[in-house]
Amino acid sequence: MKSFTQIDGLVVPMMRSNVDTDAIIPKQFLKSIKRSGFGVNLFDAWRYDDPGFPGQDASTRQPTKDFILNAPRYKGAQILLAGDNFGCGSSREHAVWALDDYGFRSVIAPSFADIFFNNSFKSGFLPIVVEEAVVERFAAECEASEGYRLSIDLAAQTVTTPSGDVTTFEIDAFRKHCLLNGFDDIGLTLQKRDAIEQYEAARKQSAPWLFT
Amino acid sequence: MAGKTLYDKVWESHVVNEDDDGTVLLYIDRHLVHEVTSPQAFEGLQLAGRQPWRISSMLAVADHNVPTTARDAGIDDPVSKLQVDTLDDNCEAYGITEFKMNDLRQGIVHVIGPEQGATLPGMTVVCGDSHTSTHGAFGALAFGIGTSEVEHVMATQCLVQKKSKAMLVSVDGQTGPGVTAKDIVLAIISEIGTAGGTGYTIEFGGDAIRALSMEGRMTVCNMSIEAGARAGMVAVDQTTIDYVKERPFSPSAHHWDKAVAAWQQLHSDADAQFDKVVRLDASSIQPQVSWGTSPEMVTDVNGQVPDPASVDDPIKSEGMQRALEYMGLTPATAIQDIKLDRVFIGSCTNSRIEDLRAAAEVIKKRKVASTVKQAMVVPGSGLVKQQAENEGLDTLFTDAGFEWREPGCSMCLAMNADKLEPGERCASTSNRNFEGRQGQGGRTHLVSPAMAAAAAIAGHFVDVREF
Repeated sequence: MKSFTQIDGLVVPMMRSNVDTDAIIPKQFLKSIKRSGFGVNLFDAWRYDDPGFPGQDASTRQPTKDFILNAPRYKGAQILLAGDNFGCGSSREHAVWALDDYGFRSVIAPSFADIFFNNSFKSGFLPIVVEEAVVERFAAECEASEGYRLSIDLAAQTVTTPSGDVTTFEIDAFRKHCLLNGFDDIGLTLQKRDAIEQYEAARKQSAPWLFT
Repeated sequence: MAGKTLYDKVWESHVVNEDDDGTVLLYIDRHLVHEVTSPQAFEGLQLAGRQPWRISSMLAVADHNVPTTARDAGIDDPVSKLQVDTLDDNCEAYGITEFKMNDLRQGIVHVIGPEQGATLPGMTVVCGDSHTSTHGAFGALAFGIGTSEVEHVMATQCLVQKKSKAMLVSVDGQTGPGVTAKDIVLAIISEIGTAGGTGYTIEFGGDAIRALSMEGRMTVCNMSIEAGARAGMVAVDQTTIDYVKERPFSPSAHHWDKAVAAWQQLHSDADAQFDKVVRLDASSIQPQVSWGTSPEMVTDVNGQVPDPASVDDPIKSEGMQRALEYMGLTPATAIQDIKLDRVFIGSCTNSRIEDLRAAAEVIKKRKVASTVKQAMVVPGSGLVKQQAENEGLDTLFTDAGFEWREPGCSMCLAMNADKLEPGERCASTSNRNFEGRQGQGGRTHLVSPAMAAAAAIAGHFVDVREF
């Protein structure tokens, strides 16, 4: 798995609540059997005026003028600011893959949907929860200042603004450990193979109908 | 010491290992697999040179991409076809049980699991699909996972998890006539919001939930995720046990009594403590219709489209305004004045036999309104379709002008050919009214099967109790 340690990245504010996974990556692009190539269709219905379909030549698309990611000042953004309940809806990990493939490394929001939050860590992508007032302050500063960047340090669990203001965030210790080191969590789980086998053997005795 | 919740009981019986910080390795009993979220997991397994841990725990079916028209010709769309073929190939390579597209048992993964008895009380059930919460209706702990976790379960039969908080949603008293499980769950989402259940496992209880059939309980648990909760559960009772009995994957006669004795413990203890309790009065729930682009944007059939200007929170008000623009609706429009272009009866929320019976019952020899371009019924599985045909429901639908289709996810998410055109408005028995969900630019109103059938006939929403 890709690791995440620290980044100093350009910020884009998209302060909508309930940004759902259908908006992040519409269903027609889920037909791919690959993990890569979703970035060009990130927020497809909001980002382009013409309808999107798999296999399209991206250079022929018509970008929606007032969609924030299409503004030249946000080109190359790595950090997305969003409203409440970001990533709600389906379990599609393609939503994380699309954000990652586009170039984002982190989303900062007051809250996330559980499955999206959980999926993020699997791609070395960091969802950061801070209070709504803090996200709104970042967004206001960002809108006021072209080229606004935030510095994220996972080890220190901090987000630092250009003026040096530091906000701390919480993260589960196990997830932090895996993310900092880029660990493959299947490999970690398989180190507990004996425990899984013991559990299974006991369960076959107590609930044999689960093993037929 | 306080008693245990249903969630505590199922969770604790699946803990393989627990670290000091509460990180748990949780054993998974049933892994349901479909074509959209599995190919990258199979590929990961192959690249790492790993084998599936327990193939007998897996059951696979293609549902999202399959056509709902005649299937003799196969799948037209080459990209969809490749995804379905990839599932077939992977299942064949590993010896995983799969119901292929032309198998009578094929259907929506969340319909066939229970139908086959592959979902049992007290199990942990996962699938790379957020509506896996459906299976919690059986007193199982069932939740959706992403593709990396699909691979993790394939390789280890476990997931790394932390226990969530427990919420009780108690729907007390009895619902009135014409009020269904769908109306109950939409009313719950309206009450607690689409993020109300985030971080929780919800147990649905109370007289109104106990009175539901298994189909109704599945409808309620199915939409737990629309309330933000990955998992929803209902305690086991005789209704559960009667449903499970003598299904293909259910315990054999040899194990049956022992299984039932274990299942009868699957309810929250009287003194169990929940982190949050929400109570709704069932008698106050009316038939529901969603008006916006989030499942919490829902109101009574006798209500009207709300006014964003009446909401103080600026982000919420802007969200409502954006939703109304997308939906092409203006504040104070009566819900019953909203006219429909299409009607969709189907999805993992509402495509079981009871749903089709409820829809058919509304028709009473009437016809789909001439202003409705298309009304379609998509059964949840081949077996549901067969059962409905045995009862003559297909004829009731087709005589009225509904299309009678082959089983699959269909227009719930429009990954196959069934979709709305831009600007079209649909009464849908599915679970999500997000922008573009049923086709780019399409406008979705979530309702019960009876309300959808009535809307098809009237051409606009009507109160099914007076229809």
